[in-house]
Amino acid sequence: MPHKFETYAARSVRTAGRRDRKGDKNDHGRNPGANGASLFPTEPPFRSKGILETESIVRVALARARLESGRMNNLTRRSFLSLSTLALASLAACDGSAPGDARGTDELIVGMPQDIDSMDPAATESAATREVLFNIYEGLVKPDPAGNLNPAVADGYEISPDGSVYSFSLRENVLFHNGEPVTAEDVKHSLERYRDSTVGGSLVSAFSAVDHVDIVDARHVDVVLKTGDTDFLAYFSIGITPASATDLDVAPVGCGPYRFSSRSPLENVVLEKFDDYWDAAGAAHIPTITFKVIANTNSIGLELAGGSIDLFYRTPETQLSQVSEDDFTIYEGGMNLVQALYLNNAVAPFDDVRVRQALAYAIDPQEIMDFVSGGKGAEVGSSMYPAFAKYFMPELNDVYNQDLDKARDLLAQAGYPNGFDFTVQVSSAHPQHAETAEVLKEQLAQVGVTAIIQPVEWNSWLSDVYSDRRFEGTVVGLDASALNAPSMLARFVSDAGNNFVNFSSAAYDETYARARAAIDDDEKTELYKACERILAEECASVYIQDLPSFVALAKRFTGYEFYPLYAQNLATIRPAE
Amino acid sequence: MRMKQTRRNPLAFIDTLPNPKLFRMGALITAAIVLLVLIGLVWMPYEPTAMSADQMQGISASHLLGTDKMGRDILSRVMYGSRITLVVALGTMVIGAGLGVLIGAATGFYGGMADEIVMRIMDGLFAFPNVLLALVVVSLLGSSTVHMIWALGIAFIPSFTRVVRSEYIRCKHLDYVKNARLQGASDARVIFVHILPNVSGVLLSNLMIGFNNAVLAEAGLSFLGIGSQPPYASLGQMISDAQAYFFEVPTAVLGPGLVIVLLVLSFSLMGEGLRSAAKELD
Amino acid sequence: MRYVLKKTATMLITLLAVSLFLFVSFQLISGDPATRMLGTGATPERLEALREELGLNDALLVRYVRWLASFVRGDPGISYVYRQPVASLLGAKIPVTLALALMSFALTCLVGFPAGLYTAKYAGSALDRIVMVLNQAIMAVPPFFAGILISWAFGTVLRLFSPGAYVSYETSVPRFLGYLVFPSIALALPRAAQLAKLLRGAILEESGKNYARTAYSRGNNTDGVLFGHLLKNAFLPVLTFLGMSLANLLAGSLIVESIFNIPGISSILLSSIGNRDYPVILAAVMWIAVFIIAINLLVDILYAVLDPRIDGE
Repeated sequence: MPHKFETYAARSVRTAGRRDRKGDKNDHGRNPGANGASLFPTEPPFRSKGILETESIVRVALARARLESGRMNNLTRRSFLSLSTLALASLAACDGSAPGDARGTDELIVGMPQDIDSMDPAATESAATREVLFNIYEGLVKPDPAGNLNPAVADGYEISPDGSVYSFSLRENVLFHNGEPVTAEDVKHSLERYRDSTVGGSLVSAFSAVDHVDIVDARHVDVVLKTGDTDFLAYFSIGITPASATDLDVAPVGCGPYRFSSRSPLENVVLEKFDDYWDAAGAAHIPTITFKVIANTNSIGLELAGGSIDLFYRTPETQLSQVSEDDFTIYEGGMNLVQALYLNNAVAPFDDVRVRQALAYAIDPQEIMDFVSGGKGAEVGSSMYPAFAKYFMPELNDVYNQDLDKARDLLAQAGYPNGFDFTVQVSSAHPQHAETAEVLKEQLAQVGVTAIIQPVEWNSWLSDVYSDRRFEGTVVGLDASALNAPSMLARFVSDAGNNFVNFSSAAYDETYARARAAIDDDEKTELYKACERILAEECASVYIQDLPSFVALAKRFTGYEFYPLYAQNLATIRPAE
Repeated sequence: MRMKQTRRNPLAFIDTLPNPKLFRMGALITAAIVLLVLIGLVWMPYEPTAMSADQMQGISASHLLGTDKMGRDILSRVMYGSRITLVVALGTMVIGAGLGVLIGAATGFYGGMADEIVMRIMDGLFAFPNVLLALVVVSLLGSSTVHMIWALGIAFIPSFTRVVRSEYIRCKHLDYVKNARLQGASDARVIFVHILPNVSGVLLSNLMIGFNNAVLAEAGLSFLGIGSQPPYASLGQMISDAQAYFFEVPTAVLGPGLVIVLLVLSFSLMGEGLRSAAKELD
Repeated sequence: MRYVLKKTATMLITLLAVSLFLFVSFQLISGDPATRMLGTGATPERLEALREELGLNDALLVRYVRWLASFVRGDPGISYVYRQPVASLLGAKIPVTLALALMSFALTCLVGFPAGLYTAKYAGSALDRIVMVLNQAIMAVPPFFAGILISWAFGTVLRLFSPGAYVSYETSVPRFLGYLVFPSIALALPRAAQLAKLLRGAILEESGKNYARTAYSRGNNTDGVLFGHLLKNAFLPVLTFLGMSLANLLAGSLIVESIFNIPGISSILLSSIGNRDYPVILAAVMWIAVFIIAINLLVDILYAVLDPRIDGE
């Protein structure tokens, strides 16, 4: 043991300062220095006398050692060997080739920027989740890329003249993923469950308008609404679920072209082709689809280029350059969103319409599109996006063209001649909105308004901003949960459950009610357009654009189709020939 | 024996250090960075948040480090980001070392039951990695630069407490302390006027190491998006944003990264020189 | 033996204190879990029923004791966000972090030990100076920066691996380990540098002691002195460092996990903090604390074993 070579004095000198006389033996060199840093129990004496003497001894000994094949050389050799083995092993273990050609076309990996919230259609609030669920669940009708509503679980329907009763005849031989046939009971149960749900997004909340569902016979159901509404058909794209299912949020069962296989929270959701899907024409091609959560939105381009994902719907334009045209097809379309600076109308200063208008005059949507999307995108002036051609009014884009003087005038009139500060909450999972917020900040600064950008996690955004309405401003894109005008306009009615901007206008409420009650389609359309105009003029929010969607799909697949709403039909994707 | 040295030329002490070259090198680099930050307080080539149409440009005459994806000048952003990093690191040191020294001196000097309890608490805090602790605090309080300074500061207290405490325990039995007490010095006077200067050597080297860790911790946290609010970015956040286009504009990542590395390196070098000096002063 | 028991008792008390503090803090901040789960549109009756079911109306201390009991049994509650048991959520992530930590630890030792020994033996030589400077430089590089550079250099440029293409251990263990090599390198580099520096310093300090000189003068050659005598004594501070390193690694490196898209404990902790999913945050932080404190305890015990001068006091 080395200790017996030390005199007591030498030892006490050595231990002085390293250990306390009493208590706290914990130290043992864990100090000094803050956590995890280099830890010197006592400072190594680089130049003290002792080392010099020993150095010379060491040097002499070294000279001798060099003649022998010392253990030191063995040690160095051993560690070199182990390192190089490790390196080689790692080389061997990696698939060197880039875009996942090695994976073939049996599996399609789709990237998603945030994890899904709930797999129960009655509970999900996130449009991104609905995109995934679009492949698992199917409703009585189903939208197609052209914007039509085709019969799905139902094979035919009739709408009563006043729009209060929707009669569906159910298709034969439609099976759920668990093998059970879809019955009238299941339809009744599903729809009434949506009616009773207290959570969920705008699609589900629309079902509070349902009074009850009558089972006419085994193949016919009647859905009776509380008041007549000829727009309601589009809502029936919501998924039909088995009456026997109890925990759809973790074990979803639907009747769509893909079935739920497994889920690893924060990692992925895996779907498999459902072989007993009723529609051979719409059946899936790719056997397995994996939705992979990409936690770091900055690495989307990297992952595409690296081949770890095959498809990404809304690739940020700044990362497109990393995606090679040789390996990927880039489809360009719209996101089908209304992106806006949504302002909380119940909170000062935004309860004053002049302030909201001032902000609208201050910004320039085209400049935003230039910075965020390389100039691409489509300006919107109200709560409607261009793909919805029936209702979209391009003229509303010009209600507020950039006019900084007017903006300052309005602010002064409203009592804010020197501008004001407000917070803008932005989801960190959506880089396009975050970048838009940064451009907005610069634009608003020109009229003295200071926007303080606060990134929040998506779930926090959903609970704080969307549910609890605790915000001043936010940049987000709202989508149409179903293919009808109310899905974009209903939320602005004063007492709507999802009116998170707290917009309140008697004129709007009245016009909207009349639109819903109208039977004649032309009259309806005119009234909806009038609603849009009110939103624009009253500046419910500062409308910006429908963002461009750059869909990157690996070249060994093909068949991507854009839908006019936030839906992704992966059944159309097939291997490229 | 006199414990303090009198100096005529303030910089002459560098020559007394065993490693004046290292210290000078470190000090030079640190001074350069601090100069950059100080200049940034009054003048920057461009506004750090000013966007322009020249997005993702490389190094050029008008933009010495290029521009980022929003057309902002990277050099200006680096100058601004370094300011945030320095402020957070210094703030963390003030809180961590300041409170740590006070607590450590008190418990080391007085000992007893309070000492035991305090050390248990410190153990508990010490068990956590910095970043984790800061995250927990930020999750409780919300994310902002001030909260981050508090969070990191609290995370750094235990190590300073320990060092100072062990030094005080060692020193309080020494002769000069007994002399001072015999002369009627009060406890406070003994703690601050007599013992503290002799602890300062060890404390200084710990401050250096602590500063480095604070810089690294702040960079890591801001990389994760915690702390500074966009578009004002701290160095870590700049690196995070620029990952996506590393290939096209490498300076967007290398610029801030290099500043962090140089800052930490220079303080380490200074620390090297000082550490040996600490032995001499002791 | 008394020393070990005393240490263990201290550690347990610390753990309890930490858990109590965290539990109380989160309860105060978190708001009403029932509203989180059912939504703001829920009727007051349903909210009240859920609160009864979750036991939210009991006193704070009662809830704490109940939580503690179930945590010890391995069931720390249900996630607000995923509506799954926290145990299964975390359970899937722990092996990942464990693998990464062990790999990094192995790399650290593999590189750090030889480097430290070599530079100690050849202290003062040109190579030693170069290595020391290199060490300083490596220690100055933040782990995420190293991670990005590695990811870019080995992934994008050399195409040795696909950044982000994490392979789960359930799919293929060799490829899982193969993917983890590069993040391990990012984690191991600064630690190896610290280890080398620490080892070198400790050995050099020991070599100046009387017993070392005595050993030399007795005719032992350098290697014999080095390995037979110096290393044992020099090892103690190194042991502390290794313990802390391992503990830190097990706590997970948030940043490296984020860059390389590795679903370990840190990433779920990070997203839970963002989602304010308090049951998960609480459980994850407690688990990390348990790991760290257990390792510290182990280090202390090893210390007592290796250095017989330490005994209970």
